[in-house]
Amino acid sequence: MTDPGLAMTADAAKPAPDGGAPDLFAKFQPLIDQREALLSTGVTDPFNLVMERVESPTVAICNGKRTILLGTYNYMGQTFDPDVLAAGKQALDEFGSGTTGSRVLNGTYQGHRECEEALKRFYGMDHAMVFSTGYQANLGIISTMAGKDDYVILDIDSHASIYDGCALGNAQIVAFRHNDVAALEKRLKRLPANAGKLVVLEGVYSMLGDTAPLKEMVAVSKAHGAMVLVDEAHSMGFIGENGRGVAEEQGVLDDVDFVIGTFSKSVGTVGGFCVSNHPKFEILRLVCRPYVFTASLPPSVVATAAVSIDKLRGAADKRAHLWANSRRLHGGLKTLGFTLGTEEPQSAIIAVIMPDLERGAAMWEALLQEGLYVNLARPPATPAGMTLLRCSLCALHSEEQVGEILGMFEAAGKRVGVI
Amino acid sequence: MTDRDERKDAILRLVGDFNKKGIEVGEETRFAQDLEWDSLTVMDFVAAVEDEFDIIITMNRAAEIETIGQLVDAVGELKGE
Repeated sequence: MTDPGLAMTADAAKPAPDGGAPDLFAKFQPLIDQREALLSTGVTDPFNLVMERVESPTVAICNGKRTILLGTYNYMGQTFDPDVLAAGKQALDEFGSGTTGSRVLNGTYQGHRECEEALKRFYGMDHAMVFSTGYQANLGIISTMAGKDDYVILDIDSHASIYDGCALGNAQIVAFRHNDVAALEKRLKRLPANAGKLVVLEGVYSMLGDTAPLKEMVAVSKAHGAMVLVDEAHSMGFIGENGRGVAEEQGVLDDVDFVIGTFSKSVGTVGGFCVSNHPKFEILRLVCRPYVFTASLPPSVVATAAVSIDKLRGAADKRAHLWANSRRLHGGLKTLGFTLGTEEPQSAIIAVIMPDLERGAAMWEALLQEGLYVNLARPPATPAGMTLLRCSLCALHSEEQVGEILGMFEAAGKRVGVI
Repeated sequence: MTDRDERKDAILRLVGDFNKKGIEVGEETRFAQDLEWDSLTVMDFVAAVEDEFDIIITMNRAAEIETIGQLVDAVGELKGE
């Protein structure tokens, strides 16, 4: 009926007006026209911004202007840590610029092993498998674990990488209403008892920054014989006693079969992983196509990742500061009169709900002119057709910067007329 | 009244609950193009149909259903009729 993962219906290629060969680009014409119409009004293209210089995890130069970054996933501000950078530089000197190979052939260097060991230490688990991106980790594990007669049961607001993992595989896909435990349970009850089931959940959903009721959802999944995968991309380092995520915080990590994570957020580079205690886990290295048929991460990337992961374990100060920032920004925006995605701050993401796309885009532009970068999120990326200004905090945002940010929101909000 | 007629009546009733546009609906009515439902409405409607008939409509199956008539047939299949 509709596919929430698809940006537009795939129309058949249309013949060219002069009767020539069909144009495969014709299916994109509505979007091309929409973009041309929007950009011809003189607004800055929110999807083409260039960070000309990056001064720190929280400040960059955009369009020649010093800009506070409130739209990165650099949650723990690790990207300029001296130990992290030193490890990267050393790895470049010792191992060169790239592996030029797949993990299963010549592309596993000592650094990849050390990175996986760092993950095992961090999560206290027996197995860790590093993919070249978090997107590929979801693609690989989901499409491989759930086969033709199995079921994947997922939250309707799941990330694109989870939907794409479902699409890449050939399992039966069943969605349930966002964070609705009763809806999940109803579906589990109706599935054939002897069919394989994989329930896919996220710890923190990245659009609104809300957490999942994992305690109840994992319990219900296990009661119906399902395996459980939790994507903790947006919780690593600052949720759960050991920073292992929402599952740990809610006391159900031991019941989770697979934890998926990423290096592109708190860890501060690029890459993805799956950690697990399942005794048969290692076979996945040979059967996951997004692991086998792709190049492994460069030596400098796994080196910076390993050091960063180890440092996250001792980062209690940064964690406390990140939460203080989140509470202050959430409370401050609420007081100014903005409608937010959550009642209370549940993560380092604070979504400001805009009344419509026009005012959302205008507000994004106004904030940029004030010197603040946030993410403009719009359908199909957002649930329920919302337009959002997504703010994501960094442990290194100073108290002064958070104050500045609130001032910029007030000024831009009044200019655009949303408060 | 055939089983199919009964199913169709139940489905039309459920469609009515979500028919914000207030258009006339029949066998050939298309969910995306005619009813203009967004993905959230589709999700809620599908959940209502699943509850009504105590079945699961996978996303794979739903992707093949374009019209009300096709949904009536699909529900019949899923109920093993």
